[in-house]
Amino acid sequence: MRLYARLAAAGFRRHSTYRQAMLAGVAANVVFGFLRTAILVAVVSSAGTVAGYDVPAAVSYVWLGQGIIGFINLWGDTELGERVRSGDVVVDLYRPWDLQAALYAQDVGRAGFTALIRFVPPTAVGAVFFPFHWPDAGTWPLFALSLALSLTVSFGVRFLVNLSTFWLLDNRGIMSLYNALVWVMCGLGLPLAFFPDWARTLLWCTPFPSTLQAPVDVYLGHGPQWITLAHQVFWAVALILLGRLVLARAVRRVVVQGG
Amino acid sequence: MADRTYLRLVGARLRGQLAYRRSFLIQCLGQAVGQFAELVLILVMFTRVDALGGFAVTEVLLVYSFAGLSFALADLFVGQIDELPNHVRTGSFDTLLLRPLGTLGQIVVSEFQIRRVGRILSALGMLVFALWHNDIAWSPATVALITVTPAAGAVIFASVWVAAGSVCFWLVEGRELSATVTYGNNAFTSYPVSAYSGWIRWFLGYVAGGAFVAYYPALALLDRADPLGGPAFLGWISPLVALVAASLAGLVWRFAVRHYRGTGS
Repeated sequence: MRLYARLAAAGFRRHSTYRQAMLAGVAANVVFGFLRTAILVAVVSSAGTVAGYDVPAAVSYVWLGQGIIGFINLWGDTELGERVRSGDVVVDLYRPWDLQAALYAQDVGRAGFTALIRFVPPTAVGAVFFPFHWPDAGTWPLFALSLALSLTVSFGVRFLVNLSTFWLLDNRGIMSLYNALVWVMCGLGLPLAFFPDWARTLLWCTPFPSTLQAPVDVYLGHGPQWITLAHQVFWAVALILLGRLVLARAVRRVVVQGG
Repeated sequence: MADRTYLRLVGARLRGQLAYRRSFLIQCLGQAVGQFAELVLILVMFTRVDALGGFAVTEVLLVYSFAGLSFALADLFVGQIDELPNHVRTGSFDTLLLRPLGTLGQIVVSEFQIRRVGRILSALGMLVFALWHNDIAWSPATVALITVTPAAGAVIFASVWVAAGSVCFWLVEGRELSATVTYGNNAFTSYPVSAYSGWIRWFLGYVAGGAFVAYYPALALLDRADPLGGPAFLGWISPLVALVAASLAGLVWRFAVRHYRGTGS
């Protein structure tokens, strides 16, 4: 357990060294926040309330979303995939750790740092410049729990996408499809409540809403919060187990050449 | 002489990328899907409202597809500049300076990504659809406007890309900062400028030229007055804006390259 705590600390430190990149990332999140607010507020204010969103709710949805992008590393990372392609993954498999747990610990450390740098500033900008929705006190712990679950679900998805490299060797195709779809499916493009019923049902059958729309729903009090949290718990557990299964199968495909 | 070298470099890149045929096709598809995803969002949005910034769904689609096609073209030709920070960080930019070819040209051909054609094709399809569903007074003038607009828009986007990418000579980790202006400008341009206000409209619309990529040409095509009160001729001057933008971007790039000092390794 100490090992994983140290890995998490290492993940935190590693990302805290790229401060310039982080600040540039925040700037991007903030500018896109302004753009998205303009469009969504134009939509919502012309109709008064759309699908349960009034102006403060729409503003909070946009800016919480802009903060969550960096926190859950929405667009994914290709590090493990690259290591599979280059063969370096063999070294990772030799080490006296559980690969999935080790990567998760590092991701928790990374998320801890990004929570400070990439989550708080954009949401603060939104809260300062626009009418913002403030929930009652009881919602805050549930929101924090929901964010932790969204990180776990997102990690589970990214882990599986990277593992696909074991079979494909070149997973850039999968990555580009993932990038093209993930932001719509998780609810970043528009609130999922705006979609027609059938599409909404279909999307909530996938793990993606658990990563972004779910914490926002918990924050705004849209729908019973325990159902949203249960959805997240289900996908967190399912994806971690699936990840273990797929990793176990992938390891059997590894051929170590030379010595 | 230099032209032939560029063509041969691009040819080599193409053959390399087409070698992994299945991966190439999926990446093409990914690009096309990315373009359609945004279209779906616009359609979903309009199931909830009738107008955005005073424009109906078909009119917004016209703006969106002009912007999408311009951006896809710019992405094909200069999107490679996103790789500049890697060249600066690893010092491989030094190699480019030693060769008897322009630095910008070398970056453009050395990272040429043919998969981006997927985005161009889907944007083109959307433009045809949008033109079909809007009431346009067809004449030689409007046909010329439709042909020139994506090219002028692409030059405007490309100029912004080059100018913003130059930031990476000073800030090696500045990739996301320049992405704010390049991708941000694309997102901005995809909707009628009248939907925005304040510094965003002023900066992305008029300083970065975003309003001339799609919004004003679309107004001219639809024969609509600008809700912001701009004169009608603004719809026809995009090529001029593109020319000015390209000249400025060229100056910025030259200034930035002169400033480059290498990483010392």
